Amino acid sequence: MRGTVAGLVLALAVGGSCRRDGGATYGFGKAATPADVSAWDIDVMPDGTGLPPGSGTAPQGAAIYSHKCAACHGPTGTEGPSERLVGREPRQGFPFGSDPRWVRTIGNYWPYATTLYDYVNRAMPLNAPGSLKPDEVYSLVAFLLWRNEIVADSAVMNARTLPRVVMPARDRFVVDKRRGGREIR
Amino acid sequence: MTDAPISRRVLLASVAGTLGALALDRAGMAQVPGQAPTVPPDPTKAPGAPLSELGQRSPFERPRRIAVGSGQGSSLAPLQDLVGIVTPADLHFERHHAGVPTIDPHRYKLLIHGMVERPQVFDLNALKRFPAVSRLHFLECSGNGSASYRGIRPNLSPQLIDGLTSTSEWSGVPLALLFREVGVKPGAKWFLAEGEDAAVMSRSIPMEKAWEDALIAYGQNGEALRPEQGYPARLFLPGWEGNANVKWIRRIEIADRPFMTREETSKYTDPLGDGTARMFSFVMDAKSIITFPAYPVILHDRGWWEIGGIAWSGRGRITRVDVSTDGGKQWEPADLQQPVLPKCHTRFRYLWKWDGRETTLRSRAVDETGYVQPTLEQLRNARGLGTAYHFNHIRAWRVQGDGTVVFGLEG
Repeated sequence: MRGTVAGLVLALAVGGSCRRDGGATYGFGKAATPADVSAWDIDVMPDGTGLPPGSGTAPQGAAIYSHKCAACHGPTGTEGPSERLVGREPRQGFPFGSDPRWVRTIGNYWPYATTLYDYVNRAMPLNAPGSLKPDEVYSLVAFLLWRNEIVADSAVMNARTLPRVVMPARDRFVVDKRRGGREIR
Repeated sequence: MTDAPISRRVLLASVAGTLGALALDRAGMAQVPGQAPTVPPDPTKAPGAPLSELGQRSPFERPRRIAVGSGQGSSLAPLQDLVGIVTPADLHFERHHAGVPTIDPHRYKLLIHGMVERPQVFDLNALKRFPAVSRLHFLECSGNGSASYRGIRPNLSPQLIDGLTSTSEWSGVPLALLFREVGVKPGAKWFLAEGEDAAVMSRSIPMEKAWEDALIAYGQNGEALRPEQGYPARLFLPGWEGNANVKWIRRIEIADRPFMTREETSKYTDPLGDGTARMFSFVMDAKSIITFPAYPVILHDRGWWEIGGIAWSGRGRITRVDVSTDGGKQWEPADLQQPVLPKCHTRFRYLWKWDGRETTLRSRAVDETGYVQPTLEQLRNARGLGTAYHFNHIRAWRVQGDGTVVFGLEG
Protein backbone atom coordinates (compact mmCIF):
# COMPACT_ATOMS: atom_id res chain seq x y z
CA MET A 1 0.00 0.00 0.00
CA ARG A 2 2.76 2.41 0.94
CA GLY A 3 4.61 1.67 -2.28
CA THR A 4 1.49 2.42 -4.27
CA VAL A 5 0.94 5.70 -2.49
CA ALA A 6 4.59 6.70 -2.87
CA GLY A 7 4.50 5.96 -6.57
CA LEU A 8 1.40 8.06 -6.99
CA VAL A 9 2.84 10.95 -5.00
CA LEU A 10 6.13 10.92 -6.86
CA ALA A 11 4.27 10.90 -10.15
CA LEU A 12 2.34 13.94 -8.96
CA ALA A 13 5.47 15.69 -7.74
CA VAL A 14 7.41 15.04 -10.93
CA GLY A 15 4.50 15.62 -13.29
CA GLY A 16 3.91 19.13 -12.04
CA SER A 17 0.84 19.64 -14.17
CA CYS A 18 -0.96 16.69 -12.58
CA ARG A 19 -3.63 17.08 -9.96
CA ARG A 20 -2.02 18.46 -6.82
CA ASP A 21 -4.72 17.68 -4.34
CA GLY A 22 -7.07 14.87 -3.49
CA GLY A 23 -6.38 11.19 -3.36
CA ALA A 24 -4.50 9.39 -0.61
CA THR A 25 -2.32 11.14 1.94
CA TYR A 26 0.35 9.74 4.25
CA GLY A 27 -1.17 11.14 7.40
CA PHE A 28 2.19 11.76 9.11
CA GLY A 29 1.31 15.27 10.28
CA LYS A 30 -1.12 16.48 12.92
CA ALA A 31 -4.00 18.85 12.32
CA ALA A 32 -2.90 22.39 13.19
CA THR A 33 -5.15 23.98 15.80
CA PRO A 34 -6.16 27.65 15.63
CA ALA A 35 -3.82 28.15 18.60
CA ASP A 36 -0.92 26.59 16.67
CA VAL A 37 -1.50 29.05 13.84
CA SER A 38 -2.12 32.19 15.91
CA ALA A 39 1.00 31.58 18.02
CA TRP A 40 3.26 31.91 14.96
CA ASP A 41 1.24 33.74 12.30
CA ILE A 42 2.85 37.18 12.62
CA ASP A 43 3.21 38.31 9.01
CA VAL A 44 1.67 41.55 7.75
CA MET A 45 0.79 42.03 4.08
CA PRO A 46 0.65 45.28 2.05
CA ASP A 47 -3.17 45.36 2.22
CA GLY A 48 -2.95 45.28 6.01
CA THR A 49 -3.80 41.60 6.45
CA GLY A 50 -2.22 40.52 9.72
CA LEU A 51 -2.06 43.94 11.38
CA PRO A 52 -3.20 43.68 15.01
CA PRO A 53 -5.36 46.14 17.00
CA GLY A 54 -3.45 49.06 18.49
CA SER A 55 -2.11 52.43 17.39
CA GLY A 56 0.70 54.93 17.81
CA THR A 57 2.00 58.33 16.78
CA ALA A 58 5.40 59.80 15.97
CA PRO A 59 5.83 61.62 19.32
CA GLN A 60 5.10 58.37 21.15
CA GLY A 61 7.51 56.58 18.83
CA ALA A 62 10.26 59.15 19.40
CA ALA A 63 10.51 58.22 23.07
CA ILE A 64 10.67 54.50 22.31
CA TYR A 65 13.15 55.10 19.52
CA SER A 66 15.61 57.00 21.68
CA HIS A 67 15.38 54.32 24.35
CA LYS A 68 15.49 51.14 22.22
CA CYS A 69 16.75 51.99 18.73
CA ALA A 70 19.06 55.03 18.76
CA ALA A 71 22.05 53.13 20.15
CA CYS A 72 22.34 51.23 16.87
CA HIS A 73 20.66 53.52 14.33
CA GLY A 74 21.73 56.92 15.67
CA PRO A 75 19.78 59.74 17.37
CA THR A 76 17.96 60.72 14.16
CA GLY A 77 18.12 57.47 12.22
CA THR A 78 20.94 58.65 10.00
CA GLU A 79 24.09 58.26 12.08
CA GLY A 80 24.41 54.51 12.49
CA PRO A 81 26.47 52.53 13.31
CA SER A 82 23.80 50.11 12.07
CA GLU A 83 21.63 50.58 9.04
CA ARG A 84 20.60 54.09 8.05
CA LEU A 85 16.82 54.38 8.38
CA VAL A 86 16.08 57.97 7.42
CA GLY A 87 16.64 59.85 4.17
CA ARG A 88 14.48 61.10 1.32
CA GLU A 89 17.21 62.27 -1.02
CA PRO A 90 17.33 62.16 -3.94
CA ARG A 91 13.77 63.37 -4.37
CA GLN A 92 13.95 63.14 -8.13
CA GLY A 93 14.54 59.83 -9.80
CA PHE A 94 15.69 56.53 -8.39
CA PRO A 95 19.41 56.47 -9.18
CA PHE A 96 20.51 53.56 -6.95
CA GLY A 97 21.35 51.30 -9.89
CA SER A 98 23.52 53.84 -11.66
CA ASP A 99 25.15 55.56 -8.69
CA PRO A 100 26.48 53.50 -5.78
CA ARG A 101 26.91 56.59 -3.57
CA TRP A 102 23.22 56.75 -2.64
CA VAL A 103 22.29 54.93 0.56
CA ARG A 104 18.99 53.07 0.43
CA THR A 105 16.66 54.06 3.28
CA ILE A 106 13.05 53.59 4.32
CA GLY A 107 12.17 56.94 2.79
CA ASN A 108 13.81 56.51 -0.57
CA TYR A 109 13.67 52.75 -1.18
CA TRP A 110 11.12 50.77 0.88
CA PRO A 111 8.02 50.15 -1.30
CA TYR A 112 5.48 49.26 1.43
CA ALA A 113 4.82 50.83 4.83
CA THR A 114 3.35 47.58 6.14
CA THR A 115 6.76 45.94 5.78
CA LEU A 116 8.02 48.30 8.48
CA TYR A 117 5.48 46.96 10.94
CA ASP A 118 6.19 43.37 9.94
CA TYR A 119 9.95 43.71 10.28
CA VAL A 120 10.17 45.80 13.44
CA ASN A 121 7.68 43.46 15.09
CA ARG A 122 9.50 40.26 14.17
CA ALA A 123 13.15 41.20 14.39
CA MET A 124 13.76 44.38 16.39
CA PRO A 125 15.37 45.47 18.58
CA LEU A 126 18.31 43.21 17.84
CA ASN A 127 18.99 42.46 21.51
CA ALA A 128 15.33 41.74 22.34
CA PRO A 129 13.56 40.66 19.14
CA GLY A 130 9.82 40.18 19.31
CA SER A 131 9.56 42.12 22.57
CA LEU A 132 7.62 45.16 21.36
CA LYS A 133 3.87 45.51 21.97
CA PRO A 134 1.60 46.46 19.03
CA ASP A 135 1.22 50.05 20.29
CA GLU A 136 5.01 50.35 20.48
CA VAL A 137 5.47 49.00 16.95
CA TYR A 138 2.80 51.31 15.54
CA SER A 139 4.46 54.23 17.35
CA LEU A 140 7.91 53.39 15.97
CA VAL A 141 6.50 52.98 12.48
CA ALA A 142 4.77 56.38 12.79
CA PHE A 143 8.02 57.92 14.00
CA LEU A 144 10.08 56.47 11.16
CA LEU A 145 7.51 57.49 8.54
CA TRP A 146 7.44 60.99 10.01
CA ARG A 147 11.24 61.23 10.13
CA ASN A 148 11.24 60.26 6.44
CA GLU A 149 8.72 63.05 5.70
CA ILE A 150 6.05 60.60 4.56
CA VAL A 151 3.37 61.24 7.23
CA ALA A 152 2.66 64.21 9.54
CA ASP A 153 3.82 64.05 13.15
CA SER A 154 0.15 63.99 14.18
CA ALA A 155 -0.68 60.95 12.03
CA VAL A 156 -2.07 57.99 13.94
CA MET A 157 -0.85 54.66 12.62
CA ASN A 158 -3.14 51.69 13.06
CA ALA A 159 -4.47 48.72 11.08
CA ARG A 160 -6.66 51.03 9.00
CA THR A 161 -4.25 53.89 8.26
CA LEU A 162 -0.92 52.12 7.78
CA PRO A 163 -1.87 50.19 4.58
CA ARG A 164 -2.99 53.51 3.05
CA VAL A 165 0.43 55.12 3.39
CA VAL A 166 1.95 55.38 -0.09
CA MET A 167 5.71 55.03 0.02
CA PRO A 168 7.78 57.20 -2.38
CA ALA A 169 9.46 54.19 -4.01
CA ARG A 170 6.35 52.04 -4.38
CA ASP A 171 6.22 52.06 -8.18
CA ARG A 172 9.94 51.63 -8.77
CA PHE A 173 10.02 47.84 -8.56
CA VAL A 174 9.86 45.58 -11.61
CA VAL A 175 9.66 41.84 -12.20
CA ASP A 176 12.73 39.77 -13.00
CA LYS A 177 12.98 39.31 -16.76
CA ARG A 178 16.13 37.22 -16.77
CA ARG A 179 15.38 33.94 -18.55
CA GLY A 180 18.76 32.41 -19.37
CA GLY A 181 19.82 32.14 -23.00
CA ARG A 182 22.08 34.61 -24.77
CA GLU A 183 20.75 37.86 -23.39
CA ILE A 184 22.49 39.60 -20.51
CA ARG A 185 19.92 41.38 -18.37
CA MET B 1 65.27 14.78 7.71
CA THR B 2 62.56 15.21 10.33
CA ASP B 3 60.72 17.79 8.31
CA ALA B 4 57.64 16.50 6.53
CA PRO B 5 57.33 17.52 2.92
CA ILE B 6 55.37 20.73 2.76
CA SER B 7 52.79 20.74 0.01
CA ARG B 8 51.68 23.76 -1.96
CA ARG B 9 48.38 23.57 -0.15
CA VAL B 10 50.02 23.76 3.29
CA LEU B 11 51.97 26.80 2.20
CA LEU B 12 48.72 28.35 1.01
CA ALA B 13 47.09 27.50 4.30
CA SER B 14 49.87 29.29 6.12
CA VAL B 15 49.19 32.40 4.11
CA ALA B 16 45.45 32.14 4.73
CA GLY B 17 46.06 31.47 8.40
CA THR B 18 47.55 34.88 8.92
CA LEU B 19 44.15 36.30 7.99
CA GLY B 20 42.38 34.41 10.76
CA ALA B 21 42.91 34.15 14.47
CA LEU B 22 45.14 31.60 16.13
CA ALA B 23 42.86 28.82 17.28
CA LEU B 24 42.75 25.72 19.42
CA ASP B 25 42.13 22.49 17.58
CA ARG B 26 39.50 19.99 18.69
CA ALA B 27 41.91 18.20 20.99
CA GLY B 28 42.55 21.49 22.74
CA MET B 29 46.15 21.75 21.66
CA ALA B 30 47.37 25.12 20.60
CA GLN B 31 48.31 25.04 16.95
CA VAL B 32 50.34 27.69 15.28
CA PRO B 33 49.06 28.00 11.73
CA GLY B 34 51.53 26.47 9.34
CA GLN B 35 53.62 24.86 12.08
CA ALA B 36 53.67 21.09 11.80
CA PRO B 37 52.91 18.86 14.81
CA THR B 38 55.45 16.39 16.13
CA VAL B 39 56.19 13.79 13.48
CA PRO B 40 58.18 10.58 14.07
CA PRO B 41 61.34 10.32 12.01
CA ASP B 42 59.91 7.25 10.28
CA PRO B 43 56.14 6.55 10.67
CA THR B 44 56.74 2.90 9.77
CA LYS B 45 58.79 2.35 12.90
CA ALA B 46 56.24 3.28 15.55
CA PRO B 47 52.56 2.35 16.11
CA GLY B 48 50.13 4.94 14.85
CA ALA B 49 47.33 6.74 16.65
CA PRO B 50 44.44 4.63 18.03
CA LEU B 51 40.86 4.43 16.79
CA SER B 52 38.61 7.39 17.49
CA GLU B 53 34.88 8.04 17.70
CA LEU B 54 35.08 11.17 15.65
CA GLY B 55 37.56 11.72 12.87
CA GLN B 56 39.55 14.91 12.55
CA ARG B 57 41.41 16.69 9.83
CA SER B 58 45.11 16.15 9.52
CA PRO B 59 46.80 18.74 11.72
CA PHE B 60 48.72 19.73 8.60
CA GLU B 61 45.48 20.94 7.02
CA ARG B 62 43.90 24.08 8.45
CA PRO B 63 41.27 25.39 6.05
CA ARG B 64 39.23 28.16 7.67
CA ARG B 65 36.22 30.31 6.89
CA ILE B 66 36.78 34.06 7.07
CA ALA B 67 34.12 35.97 8.99
CA VAL B 68 32.84 39.30 7.72
CA GLY B 69 30.90 41.42 10.19
CA SER B 70 30.51 40.86 13.90
CA GLY B 71 28.92 37.45 14.27
CA GLN B 72 25.75 38.22 12.35
CA GLY B 73 27.16 38.90 8.94
CA SER B 74 28.64 36.16 6.85
CA SER B 75 31.61 33.85 6.70
CA LEU B 76 33.32 32.84 3.48
CA ALA B 77 34.28 29.33 2.41
CA PRO B 78 37.98 28.82 1.56
CA LEU B 79 37.46 28.03 -2.14
CA GLN B 80 41.18 27.95 -2.86
CA ASP B 81 41.72 25.15 -0.33
CA LEU B 82 38.98 22.86 -1.68
CA VAL B 83 39.18 20.07 -4.24
CA GLY B 84 36.33 18.31 -6.04
CA ILE B 85 32.83 19.77 -5.85
CA VAL B 86 31.60 19.07 -2.31
CA THR B 87 32.17 21.64 0.43
CA PRO B 88 32.90 20.09 3.84
CA ALA B 89 29.93 20.97 6.03
CA ASP B 90 32.09 22.77 8.59
CA LEU B 91 33.47 25.00 5.85
CA HIS B 92 30.14 25.76 4.16
CA PHE B 93 29.71 29.53 3.99
CA GLU B 94 27.42 31.20 6.54
CA ARG B 95 24.99 34.07 6.29
CA HIS B 96 22.79 34.83 9.28
CA HIS B 97 20.56 37.78 10.01
CA ALA B 98 20.40 37.34 13.79
CA GLY B 99 22.84 34.61 14.70
CA VAL B 100 22.54 30.83 14.80
CA PRO B 101 19.60 29.63 16.92
CA THR B 102 19.74 26.52 19.08
CA ILE B 103 16.67 24.41 18.30
CA ASP B 104 15.72 21.23 20.17
CA PRO B 105 14.93 18.64 17.49
CA HIS B 106 12.42 16.97 19.83
CA ARG B 107 10.43 20.20 20.07
CA TYR B 108 10.86 21.22 16.45
CA LYS B 109 7.69 21.67 14.37
CA LEU B 110 6.90 22.84 10.86
CA LEU B 111 3.47 24.47 10.48
CA ILE B 112 1.87 24.63 7.01
CA HIS B 113 -1.29 26.72 6.78
CA GLY B 114 -3.02 29.43 4.74
CA MET B 115 -4.71 28.44 1.48
CA VAL B 116 -4.79 24.74 2.28
CA GLU B 117 -7.52 22.18 2.91
CA ARG B 118 -5.84 20.71 5.99
CA PRO B 119 -3.51 22.97 8.00
CA GLN B 120 -0.96 20.68 9.60
CA VAL B 121 2.01 20.51 11.92
CA PHE B 122 4.89 18.15 11.13
CA ASP B 123 7.49 17.21 13.71
CA LEU B 124 10.96 16.11 12.65
CA ASN B 125 10.11 12.40 12.77
CA ALA B 126 7.09 13.03 10.57
CA LEU B 127 9.22 14.87 8.00
CA LYS B 128 11.74 12.02 7.98
CA ARG B 129 8.99 9.44 7.47
CA PHE B 130 8.10 10.80 4.04
CA PRO B 131 9.84 9.33 0.98
CA ALA B 132 13.17 11.17 0.89
CA VAL B 133 15.54 12.35 -1.80
CA SER B 134 19.22 13.34 -1.79
CA ARG B 135 20.64 15.75 -4.33
CA LEU B 136 23.93 17.55 -4.88
CA HIS B 137 23.39 21.28 -5.33
CA PHE B 138 25.27 24.50 -4.82
CA LEU B 139 23.95 27.17 -2.49
CA GLU B 140 25.08 30.75 -3.07
CA CYS B 141 24.37 34.06 -1.40
CA SER B 142 23.17 36.52 -4.02
CA GLY B 143 25.66 39.09 -2.71
CA ASN B 144 28.55 36.81 -3.65
CA GLY B 145 31.13 38.47 -5.87
CA SER B 146 30.39 42.04 -4.81
CA ALA B 147 34.05 42.64 -3.97
CA SER B 148 34.89 42.05 -7.64
CA TYR B 149 32.24 44.43 -9.02
CA ARG B 150 33.25 47.87 -7.77
CA GLY B 151 35.97 49.23 -5.55
CA ILE B 152 38.07 46.33 -6.80
CA ARG B 153 41.51 45.76 -5.27
CA PRO B 154 44.33 43.42 -6.35
CA ASN B 155 44.72 41.51 -3.06
CA LEU B 156 41.48 39.53 -3.34
CA SER B 157 41.56 35.76 -2.94
CA PRO B 158 38.96 33.33 -4.34
CA GLN B 159 37.61 33.09 -0.78
CA LEU B 160 37.18 36.86 -0.46
CA ILE B 161 35.56 37.16 -3.89
CA ASP B 162 33.31 34.12 -4.13
CA GLY B 163 33.41 32.39 -0.75
CA LEU B 164 29.63 32.73 -0.37
CA THR B 165 29.01 29.63 -2.46
CA SER B 166 29.20 26.00 -1.37
CA THR B 167 28.02 22.61 -2.62
CA SER B 168 26.52 19.87 -0.46
CA GLU B 169 24.51 16.73 -0.83
CA TRP B 170 21.14 17.81 0.59
CA SER B 171 18.67 15.21 1.88
CA GLY B 172 15.06 15.80 2.73
CA VAL B 173 11.45 15.58 1.66
CA PRO B 174 10.19 17.20 -1.54
CA LEU B 175 8.06 20.17 -0.56
CA ALA B 176 5.56 19.00 -3.20
CA LEU B 177 4.81 15.96 -1.03
CA LEU B 178 4.04 18.15 1.99
CA PHE B 179 1.91 20.51 -0.09
CA ARG B 180 -0.07 17.60 -1.43
CA GLU B 181 -0.45 16.34 2.12
CA VAL B 182 -2.09 19.58 3.26
CA GLY B 183 -4.09 20.05 0.05
CA VAL B 184 -3.30 23.32 -1.69
CA LYS B 185 -6.41 25.32 -2.60
CA PRO B 186 -7.00 26.64 -6.13
CA GLY B 187 -5.62 30.12 -6.67
CA ALA B 188 -2.55 29.63 -4.48
CA LYS B 189 0.42 31.43 -6.05
CA TRP B 190 3.01 32.10 -3.33
CA PHE B 191 4.10 30.75 0.00
CA LEU B 192 5.81 32.48 2.89
CA ALA B 193 8.78 30.59 4.34
CA GLU B 194 9.66 31.69 7.87
CA GLY B 195 12.56 30.72 10.12
CA GLU B 196 12.84 30.13 13.84
CA ASP B 197 15.86 32.39 14.28
CA ALA B 198 15.83 35.70 16.14
CA ALA B 199 15.15 37.53 12.84
CA VAL B 200 12.19 35.22 12.16
CA MET B 201 13.62 35.54 8.65
CA SER B 202 10.92 35.29 5.99
CA ARG B 203 10.65 35.21 2.21
CA SER B 204 7.83 34.78 -0.31
CA ILE B 205 8.38 31.96 -2.82
CA PRO B 206 6.35 31.20 -5.97
CA MET B 207 4.40 27.93 -5.70
CA GLU B 208 5.91 26.70 -8.98
CA LYS B 209 9.24 26.19 -7.24
CA ALA B 210 7.60 23.84 -4.73
CA TRP B 211 6.16 21.70 -7.52
CA GLU B 212 9.46 21.79 -9.42
CA ASP B 213 12.27 20.84 -7.04
CA ALA B 214 12.08 22.51 -3.58
CA LEU B 215 13.00 20.43 -0.53
CA ILE B 216 12.57 20.60 3.18
CA ALA B 217 16.13 19.45 3.86
CA TYR B 218 17.28 17.85 7.10
CA GLY B 219 20.50 16.27 5.85
CA GLN B 220 23.78 17.67 4.56
CA ASN B 221 26.68 15.58 3.30
CA GLY B 222 25.48 12.38 4.94
CA GLU B 223 24.49 13.71 8.37
CA ALA B 224 22.09 16.13 10.00
CA LEU B 225 22.27 19.75 8.90
CA ARG B 226 24.83 21.90 10.65
CA PRO B 227 23.28 24.48 13.00
CA GLU B 228 24.67 27.22 10.74
CA GLN B 229 22.84 25.61 7.83
CA GLY B 230 19.43 25.44 9.45
CA TYR B 231 19.36 22.53 11.89
CA PRO B 232 17.07 20.71 12.18
CA ALA B 233 15.36 21.60 8.88
CA ARG B 234 15.55 24.24 6.19
CA LEU B 235 13.96 25.17 2.90
CA PHE B 236 16.18 24.31 -0.04
CA LEU B 237 15.51 25.83 -3.45
CA PRO B 238 18.01 24.46 -6.00
CA GLY B 239 19.70 27.20 -8.00
CA TRP B 240 17.98 30.06 -6.19
CA GLU B 241 19.64 32.81 -4.14
CA GLY B 242 20.71 31.73 -0.69
CA ASN B 243 18.49 34.07 1.30
CA ALA B 244 15.31 32.47 -0.08
CA ASN B 245 16.48 29.07 1.23
CA VAL B 246 15.08 29.86 4.67
CA LYS B 247 16.96 28.11 7.47
CA TRP B 248 15.46 26.71 10.69
CA ILE B 249 12.12 26.77 8.88
CA ARG B 250 9.14 26.64 11.21
CA ARG B 251 6.21 28.03 9.23
CA ILE B 252 4.91 28.01 5.67
CA GLU B 253 1.84 30.07 4.80
CA ILE B 254 0.28 29.65 1.38
CA ALA B 255 -1.36 32.68 -0.25
CA ASP B 256 -2.47 34.12 -3.57
CA ARG B 257 0.13 36.94 -3.53
CA PRO B 258 3.58 37.71 -2.16
CA PHE B 259 3.93 39.00 1.41
CA MET B 260 6.49 41.75 0.65
CA THR B 261 8.81 41.08 3.58
CA ARG B 262 11.82 43.25 4.31
CA GLU B 263 14.17 40.70 2.70
CA GLU B 264 12.37 40.87 -0.66
CA THR B 265 11.81 44.64 -0.79
CA SER B 266 14.45 46.72 0.99
CA LYS B 267 17.00 43.89 0.65
CA TYR B 268 17.65 41.29 -2.07
CA THR B 269 16.24 43.55 -4.77
CA ASP B 270 18.54 44.67 -7.57
CA PRO B 271 18.58 48.40 -8.42
CA LEU B 272 19.06 48.82 -12.17
CA GLY B 273 20.58 51.59 -14.21
CA ASP B 274 17.21 52.56 -15.69
CA GLY B 275 15.80 53.86 -12.41
CA THR B 276 13.97 50.70 -11.37
CA ALA B 277 14.78 47.82 -9.04
CA ARG B 278 14.32 44.14 -9.85
CA MET B 279 12.25 42.12 -7.35
CA PHE B 280 12.19 38.39 -6.76
CA SER B 281 15.40 37.84 -8.73
CA PHE B 282 15.75 34.32 -7.45
CA VAL B 283 17.87 32.46 -9.99
CA MET B 284 21.65 32.51 -9.72
CA ASP B 285 23.01 32.94 -13.26
CA ALA B 286 26.00 31.00 -14.57
CA LYS B 287 29.34 31.87 -13.05
CA SER B 288 32.88 30.50 -12.78
CA ILE B 289 36.07 31.35 -10.95
CA ILE B 290 39.61 30.06 -11.27
CA THR B 291 40.68 28.99 -7.77
CA PHE B 292 44.25 28.10 -8.83
CA PRO B 293 46.43 29.96 -9.59
CA ALA B 294 44.95 32.87 -7.70
CA TYR B 295 46.02 35.44 -5.10
CA PRO B 296 48.01 34.91 -2.86
CA VAL B 297 49.68 32.06 -4.75
CA ILE B 298 53.16 32.56 -6.18
CA LEU B 299 54.12 30.49 -9.22
CA HIS B 300 57.70 29.60 -8.38
CA ASP B 301 58.55 28.18 -11.78
CA ARG B 302 57.62 28.50 -15.40
CA GLY B 303 56.33 25.41 -17.21
CA TRP B 304 53.24 23.29 -16.78
CA TRP B 305 50.57 24.34 -14.33
CA GLU B 306 47.00 23.08 -14.06
CA ILE B 307 44.52 25.94 -13.96
CA GLY B 308 41.51 24.83 -11.96
CA GLY B 309 38.28 26.20 -10.65
CA ILE B 310 34.54 25.79 -10.24
CA ALA B 311 31.58 26.75 -12.41
CA TRP B 312 27.87 26.63 -11.64
CA SER B 313 24.48 27.79 -12.86
CA GLY B 314 21.13 28.08 -11.15
CA ARG B 315 19.44 27.30 -14.46
CA GLY B 316 20.81 23.80 -14.94
CA ARG B 317 24.00 22.11 -16.05
CA ILE B 318 27.24 23.76 -17.01
CA THR B 319 27.88 22.77 -20.63
CA ARG B 320 31.25 24.45 -21.18
CA VAL B 321 33.91 26.45 -19.41
CA ASP B 322 36.33 28.38 -21.57
CA VAL B 323 39.70 29.50 -20.27
CA SER B 324 41.80 32.34 -21.62
CA THR B 325 45.49 32.59 -20.73
CA ASP B 326 46.23 35.65 -22.87
CA GLY B 327 44.04 38.34 -21.37
CA GLY B 328 40.82 37.33 -23.13
CA LYS B 329 41.99 37.29 -26.77
CA GLN B 330 41.73 33.52 -27.24
CA TRP B 331 39.52 31.07 -25.38
CA GLU B 332 39.91 27.30 -25.16
CA PRO B 333 37.48 24.82 -23.60
CA ALA B 334 38.54 23.43 -20.24
CA ASP B 335 38.02 19.81 -19.17
CA LEU B 336 34.90 19.36 -17.07
CA GLN B 337 35.30 16.91 -14.21
CA GLN B 338 32.45 14.42 -13.98
CA PRO B 339 29.88 14.41 -12.56
CA VAL B 340 28.42 17.52 -14.18
CA LEU B 341 25.15 17.96 -12.31
CA PRO B 342 22.40 20.55 -12.69
CA LYS B 343 22.53 23.48 -10.26
CA CYS B 344 25.76 22.16 -8.78
CA HIS B 345 29.39 23.16 -8.65
CA THR B 346 31.28 21.71 -11.61
CA ARG B 347 35.04 21.43 -11.42
CA PHE B 348 37.05 22.47 -14.49
CA ARG B 349 40.72 22.00 -15.31
CA TYR B 350 43.00 23.38 -18.01
CA LEU B 351 46.64 22.49 -18.46
CA TRP B 352 48.71 25.58 -19.12
CA LYS B 353 52.39 26.08 -19.90
CA TRP B 354 53.50 29.35 -18.41
CA ASP B 355 56.30 31.03 -20.34
CA GLY B 356 57.21 33.31 -17.45
CA ARG B 357 55.69 36.41 -18.96
CA GLU B 358 53.02 38.58 -17.45
CA THR B 359 49.52 37.62 -18.53
CA THR B 360 45.91 37.42 -17.37
CA LEU B 361 43.88 34.25 -16.77
CA ARG B 362 40.12 34.20 -17.19
CA SER B 363 37.34 31.60 -17.12
CA ARG B 364 33.92 31.86 -18.76
CA ALA B 365 31.03 29.50 -17.98
CA VAL B 366 28.24 28.51 -20.38
CA ASP B 367 25.09 26.76 -19.15
CA GLU B 368 22.53 24.56 -20.85
CA THR B 369 20.26 27.51 -21.68
CA GLY B 370 23.08 28.94 -23.82
CA TYR B 371 23.79 31.69 -21.29
CA VAL B 372 27.40 32.87 -21.42
CA GLN B 373 28.98 34.36 -18.30
CA PRO B 374 29.19 38.09 -19.11
CA THR B 375 32.15 40.42 -18.83
CA LEU B 376 32.26 43.07 -16.09
CA GLU B 377 31.53 45.69 -18.75
CA GLN B 378 28.51 43.78 -20.08
CA LEU B 379 27.07 43.34 -16.60
CA ARG B 380 27.61 46.99 -15.66
CA ASN B 381 25.96 48.04 -18.93
CA ALA B 382 22.96 45.83 -18.20
CA ARG B 383 22.58 46.62 -14.49
CA GLY B 384 24.47 49.81 -13.66
CA LEU B 385 27.48 50.45 -11.46
CA GLY B 386 25.33 50.84 -8.33
CA THR B 387 23.41 47.58 -8.62
CA ALA B 388 23.31 45.12 -5.76
CA TYR B 389 23.42 41.30 -5.76
CA HIS B 390 23.95 38.77 -8.59
CA PHE B 391 27.53 39.69 -9.56
CA ASN B 392 28.29 36.84 -11.98
CA HIS B 393 30.72 38.54 -14.35
CA ILE B 394 33.97 36.98 -15.55
CA ARG B 395 36.77 37.05 -12.97
CA ALA B 396 40.43 37.47 -13.91
CA TRP B 397 43.82 36.80 -12.33
CA ARG B 398 46.94 38.75 -13.30
CA VAL B 399 50.04 36.58 -13.31
CA GLN B 400 53.02 38.89 -12.96
CA GLY B 401 56.51 38.26 -14.24
CA ASP B 402 57.80 37.35 -10.79
CA GLY B 403 55.13 34.66 -10.43
CA THR B 404 52.92 36.58 -8.04
CA VAL B 405 49.21 36.44 -8.83
CA VAL B 406 46.77 39.25 -8.07
CA PHE B 407 43.11 39.87 -8.87
CA GLY B 408 43.03 41.04 -12.47
CA LEU B 409 39.95 43.23 -12.81
CA GLU B 410 40.07 46.97 -12.21
CA GLY B 411 37.55 49.74 -11.59
